[in-house]
Amino acid sequence: MLPFSFEKVRTEQDAIRAAAAGARYIAGGTTLIDLMRDEVERPERLVDINALPMTDIRADGADLVIGALARMSDVAAHPETKRLQPLIAESLIEGASPQLRNMASMGGNLLQRVRCPYFRMLDAACNKRDPGSGCSAIDGLNAGHAILGTSDHCVATHPSDVAVALVALGAAMRVRGPNGERTFPVEELFRLPGDTPHLEHTLRPGELIVEIRVPGGPYARQARYLKVRDRASYEFALVSAAVALELEGGSIRQARVAVGGVGTRPWRMRAVEEALRGKPVGRDAFAEAAHLALEGTRPLSHNHYKVELLPRTIVRALEMAGGTA
Amino acid sequence: MTKSNHDAPLGKGRSSSGDEEPQRGLSRRSILQMAGGAASLAAAPAAAAQPASSDGPATAPTTRIRLVVNGSARELEVDPRQSVLDVLRETLDLTGTKKGCNQGACGACTVLINGRRVTSCLTLAVMHDGAEITTIEGLARGDELHPLQAAFIEHDGFQCGFCTPGQIMSGVACIAEGHATSPEQIQFWMSGNICRCAAYPGIVAAVADAAGRT
Repeated sequence: MLPFSFEKVRTEQDAIRAAAAGARYIAGGTTLIDLMRDEVERPERLVDINALPMTDIRADGADLVIGALARMSDVAAHPETKRLQPLIAESLIEGASPQLRNMASMGGNLLQRVRCPYFRMLDAACNKRDPGSGCSAIDGLNAGHAILGTSDHCVATHPSDVAVALVALGAAMRVRGPNGERTFPVEELFRLPGDTPHLEHTLRPGELIVEIRVPGGPYARQARYLKVRDRASYEFALVSAAVALELEGGSIRQARVAVGGVGTRPWRMRAVEEALRGKPVGRDAFAEAAHLALEGTRPLSHNHYKVELLPRTIVRALEMAGGTA
Repeated sequence: MTKSNHDAPLGKGRSSSGDEEPQRGLSRRSILQMAGGAASLAAAPAAAAQPASSDGPATAPTTRIRLVVNGSARELEVDPRQSVLDVLRETLDLTGTKKGCNQGACGACTVLINGRRVTSCLTLAVMHDGAEITTIEGLARGDELHPLQAAFIEHDGFQCGFCTPGQIMSGVACIAEGHATSPEQIQFWMSGNICRCAAYPGIVAAVADAAGRT
């Protein structure tokens, strides 16, 4: 690991000041330390923000409000999370391991870097790590890579589970930086790779994620997260689906659908949601709507299976949420 | 296999301060440490600048931190790059905690920090000033094994033993969290600890047994 200077801050002002001067925030460190050890990340200055009072988890009316430094395990186990947004709890528990969930913060989870093996391999070309060097995954081992939102420069998936649930539920995030505070949808945090895959998010220099707000909705209680992977637990998703349903009689009044493991960012499926509106709960309607998820997919040499697996995962998640699984 | 390995996975026979010689003559570890010392003396000018951590060559300013490790207060100088794992093993000589993958994937380095299980390879010691850390060496009371240590022996919860300290520390937390109420639940909540020998049936049985007794 390359040397770096380290400071611990007690106030948000000090944190933002340090970051505006070029320091990197460190919270749980589960991504950053790993990548620093491999010299994929080479920060010269770290600012430890763990002493900042941003770990609160609370209800605000029907909304769930989560401090950016709350740990994944604490958010998942919190009574208000389970009561208001069981989808958030389920998606968190399906991610990482108990040890990592005790360490990783919610803000850090959203900003975690990709799991593409070439990103971590210093002798491989990677436009994300070394802009302009090329992409080893496009003609390499790409079974785990994306089929949506890819470019000729990067095909890595966003690895977070809870981000998929947050995007499905229309969560918003509050950030503060040198130029004040702003709030925007979590979905807008993530950039598509395009021809600048090294730019992954829309935070401005020095900005700090402060809080995540998950709005309540009539679909929040009827919501499930399904994660399909190579082993039963502690593995990244091949395909995952977060779905939430508002039912009336035997039909769907409103649906929320987002998917993971297939996109270069967590992917909201608005066409699928639209197609489900007013349809009866059942496999036929689910399958017809889920087929729309394939629009724009661009499989690579090794991940054609995701084209088949994606709609099936959505159908199964809808059945779980709709109580017909 | 032998269970009298000096690098005992169950932590028995090593004091919590870590500075006591093993009971029977020279251990494999102390011989290796002596050999390593001779090698670095031979290469003295280059080696003098090497920090204790195996992570990097250059020196960096150190920071003074306090830790409470297995009940003993320790004050030490750390390089900001040193993980909790490296400080435990190399500075405090608490080598019961194992370095497996060193990237948070295998769970061999699991310890409790302020009562919560974490992978000690993925967190920097400098971030834990004032923390209480419990390692495998801190579980037994004198010669009396922790109930989960005893259960691992009883149920053959290991073969080579390398993952065992991490499994046991993770298991202690798993039970305390209330996540050990069924074999299926134990499998899920112990999935952050990999066992290359695949002693999983014994591990799950040991955790279930100890959970039932506490």
